[in-house]
Amino acid sequence: MRADQILHPTEAGLYCPPGDFFIDPIRPVPRALITHGHGDHARAGHGAVMATRQTLDIMAIRYGTDFARTRQVAEGPLRVGDTQVSFHPAGHILGSAQIAVQPGAGPKIVVSGDYCRRANPVCAPFEPVPCDVFVTEATFGLPVFRHPDPAQEMARLLASMAEFPDRPHLIGAYALGKAQRLIALARAAGIDGPIAIHGALQRLCDYHIEQGIALGALIPATAEDVPAHLVIAPPSAFASPWVQRFRDPVIGFASGWMQVRARARQRGVELPLVVSDHVDWPQVTATIRELSPSEVWITHGAEEGLLRWCELQGIPARPLRLVGYEDEPE
Amino acid sequence: MKAFAHLLERLAFTPARNAKLRLLRHYLETTPDPDRGYALAALTGDLKLRAVTPSLLRGLMAERVDDQLFALSYDFVGDLAETIALLWQGDGDQDVPLHEAVTLLSDTGKAGLPAAIAAMLDRLGPSQRLAFLKLATGNMRVGLSARLARIALAEMGEPEVADIEEIWHGLKPPYRPLFDWIAGGARPEHAARAPFRPVMLSTPVDLDQLRGFDPDEYMAEWKWDGIRVQAINDGGVRRLYSRTGEDIGAAFPDVIEALNFDGAADGELLVRRDGEVAVFGDLQKRLNRKAISRAMLDSHPAGLRLYDLMIWQGRDLRGLPLAERRAVLDGADFGSDRIDVSPLLDFATWDDLAALRADPPSAVIEGVMIKRRDSPYVGGRPRGPWFKWKRDPMVVDAVMLYAQRGHGKRSGFYSDFTFGLWDGDQLVPVGKAYFGFTDEELRELDRFVRTNTVDRFGPVRAVAPKLVLEVAFEGLNESGRHKSGIAMRFPRISRIRWDKPAAEADRLDSLKEMLP
Repeated sequence: MRADQILHPTEAGLYCPPGDFFIDPIRPVPRALITHGHGDHARAGHGAVMATRQTLDIMAIRYGTDFARTRQVAEGPLRVGDTQVSFHPAGHILGSAQIAVQPGAGPKIVVSGDYCRRANPVCAPFEPVPCDVFVTEATFGLPVFRHPDPAQEMARLLASMAEFPDRPHLIGAYALGKAQRLIALARAAGIDGPIAIHGALQRLCDYHIEQGIALGALIPATAEDVPAHLVIAPPSAFASPWVQRFRDPVIGFASGWMQVRARARQRGVELPLVVSDHVDWPQVTATIRELSPSEVWITHGAEEGLLRWCELQGIPARPLRLVGYEDEPE
Repeated sequence: MKAFAHLLERLAFTPARNAKLRLLRHYLETTPDPDRGYALAALTGDLKLRAVTPSLLRGLMAERVDDQLFALSYDFVGDLAETIALLWQGDGDQDVPLHEAVTLLSDTGKAGLPAAIAAMLDRLGPSQRLAFLKLATGNMRVGLSARLARIALAEMGEPEVADIEEIWHGLKPPYRPLFDWIAGGARPEHAARAPFRPVMLSTPVDLDQLRGFDPDEYMAEWKWDGIRVQAINDGGVRRLYSRTGEDIGAAFPDVIEALNFDGAADGELLVRRDGEVAVFGDLQKRLNRKAISRAMLDSHPAGLRLYDLMIWQGRDLRGLPLAERRAVLDGADFGSDRIDVSPLLDFATWDDLAALRADPPSAVIEGVMIKRRDSPYVGGRPRGPWFKWKRDPMVVDAVMLYAQRGHGKRSGFYSDFTFGLWDGDQLVPVGKAYFGFTDEELRELDRFVRTNTVDRFGPVRAVAPKLVLEVAFEGLNESGRHKSGIAMRFPRISRIRWDKPAAEADRLDSLKEMLP
């Protein structure tokens, strides 16, 4: 069986005929395997959903417990139709997984979902899985993206808080994953005081704490006067009247895009922090070298850059041109 | 260079003036000489280095990065220096002193420059690479004016901004004598002649206030719509300064050539043809140019109309009463037909003056200036001795089209509004205003924007065209850069017309009729 008979793109998403399932479908389907809980990958309304326990928990928190007809925890190798599938940590957010798919006879394909190779205090590290076809994202698939050590970005945050002790620092971070990672990083950098969180972060932060991730003292940023120097909120909150309660805030944003000034300017950000949960250029190219697959498929992002690199390396590669996934969701 | 890179990065993303001041002052206080001086000069545009060309930089990258990957990267980043700073391979992380980078860029010969730049980039981390490349290409773009830099310096020690401005042009990077003075040392001797002297400014006034004063104690003259300047010839050193102390002589060689006198004069820079003062837009074409063509000098000849004398033939007149200074001004020979004296207005009562103001002889008059006869020349904006009585602003009723969020204290509020006028059945944007309203009105406008958004473009919201804003402005220029063909000067929102239907807003044609 050829690789493109095992998995190929459709309008609903990546489909596996021998297993009769979709991976991260963007429309309701009878059977879905989900890599992680971000809204553009994990949607409500499927028949049967298979995912890690944490991803299922997160989907239940976001969509209610009836987000799918049936739910199955992905543990160990499992048979789905005529294929064997297994889930492996992707290092992106809590519960995130790569999905390995292999029919009885035929090549092994690993769909990495969104992944990151840098140590992340809120999730298990990426596990390299040998494979014939490696399906990778290319969110930051240009050689300009070399994300710095997050500790260095935390030092910049601390420097700004010292420079402007009278201005609250409002840092935008995606509610699932980035926000909790940012809080854990701030704790590791020595910020011991209360950190205020926007209401949209509350349940997901509670869930991380239940899962044994230490986030320290969090207070809700809902009062008229929020007694915290550091406030974490989803970026969309900065466009809402909620932000009006803060006097002369320093607005920051934690994202891999912040490495490029024009992107940071477009957001009207005063303190761009380069903290990413995706592979940057050195990580994605090193991962492809390490796994040495016979073919690379690229799902979404800046695929031209990565395609060109594969071409220069003599690695067969093709874009899947999947639609419906955001560059980096908010 | 780490501290300098950090400063550049913060300044680039910090819109608020006070926050910029804090960042710069903190940098200057914690950075040793001569680096802080070079940084100051780089930020204020006073650091003259060999300008590294884009083609040199592209050449460096062509040897190191695949063409296609470079093109894709540049396309995404949109800035050559930043693209290179991000793409440069290497784990350098040295804190190279800024003066070393400055020496490299000023002393290296052309042939050795590419290799020297590459070697420097190898030693630096990404944000320092960007700072170095910005230094090399001479394009800082961090939105810091020389004026703001001098305010930061004034905050560091005893000397006032005016004191610093007076000697600024006599100083050279890295300004060690200046920093010594600020730290409590001796005031630097004037290293150069023809220093800038702080300009005397006026305060606004209206007829009711004027009625409280005796007209006999005042002189009046037209307020010309040009650029207030200080023109100096100090022993052959000729300078033309803007009122904030920027040396603008390079753009006005015709005026510099005409300064055939010995002294320092205060006046208005104007474009004049056959004795007639041209509109402000004509003067604007002469501004901010590095080189002025012969054709431009012929078609847009500049000259001076003088208001006052500060120094004349070695005498400092600033302590004398205005009437005595004016007598010297009226009797002086300036040796050029490009220079004349602003005529005094003949009036006995404030109503006489009001009548003159209502019917000026030229469209290029912004109102009248009223000055106490006994006033000495005092730098800054003392309350009282000098008044400006501007003609009433022009107003139009326009329709709000777009809104953008503000920064700093206005974070989270939609406070920058684009408005338009009717052209047929279309609304054409004619300007943008972000002040003129109270805090309470700002909250109401913000609420209006949020409940009437019809589209979003990044930080900008398009709103349903139904709110009429009365926009006041000081004048109009023709402009090729604006879709409407017109640019407003000092537009602000004078009233919010919640009561007026959008269909009754003004038409573009009526605005065009207001052009001078």
